[in-house]
Amino acid sequence: MTLRSPLGRAIGAGSAKEGVHHWWTQRLSAVALVFLSIWFVVSLLSLPAHDYPTVSAWMRQGWTAVLLIVFVLTAAWHSQLGVRVVVEDYVHDSGMKFLSLALVTFFHVAVAVAGVFAILKVALGGAV
Amino acid sequence: MAERPLSPHLSVYRMYRYSVLTSVSNRLSGIVLSVGLIVLVYWLMAVAGGALAYAHALAILSSGIFKIIYLVLLAAFSYHLLAGIRHLVWDTGRGMERAQSQRSAWLIGVLSLLLFAGLAWWMLCRAGGAP
Repeated sequence: MTLRSPLGRAIGAGSAKEGVHHWWTQRLSAVALVFLSIWFVVSLLSLPAHDYPTVSAWMRQGWTAVLLIVFVLTAAWHSQLGVRVVVEDYVHDSGMKFLSLALVTFFHVAVAVAGVFAILKVALGGAV
Repeated sequence: MAERPLSPHLSVYRMYRYSVLTSVSNRLSGIVLSVGLIVLVYWLMAVAGGALAYAHALAILSSGIFKIIYLVLLAAFSYHLLAGIRHLVWDTGRGMERAQSQRSAWLIGVLSLLLFAGLAWWMLCRAGGAP
């Protein structure tokens, strides 16, 4: 037996009015990052050197660029979700909370855009 | 507006419990990794800046202080990865009994130390050197 109305059940949103979207995307990005982060760390440590020719040649490989972009976007998204919760939990003053959450958003958008821009510039650009 | 109770109600928990330690560690390592995104983007932008800009950035990124930063990031990565997998297992409804949860806390603690030791060893001993 449930005490929820049929409409409430159909919409699927709890008292937060947004359902489980935050929870779900955090889990989904976490599962993706298990693989992506291991790939990134192992690839980075496997590179024979970290000088410009080695690193830029590595980033020019098609799959490297694609995986790097997915990694940066997923990491920025997962990071944003996590830091947001920490701010919501520990910053109690509503003005400070608003400001902190805005800064968290700006920071992660900047990280995502700069990361993708840099990867594409290297991957699509000619030899320097 | 009247003072209203806000979660988390830190004062009602017994703070010496292992569950507090694992929860705080997971959040702390996550925040460390979030800050690490700055290093990642700085490095990527340096590559995009061309050979000269990269050489300049590499001099900074290979310095001793950055070696310590990489070790901190590897430690945070090792813990956050395993603690995250523990959370994902919990999400399937498994392993939530107290004894199981205590065992998995120990397990991820030991495994993350081993993983960190292995990655740190790899980073410090690899032929290519820094970073």
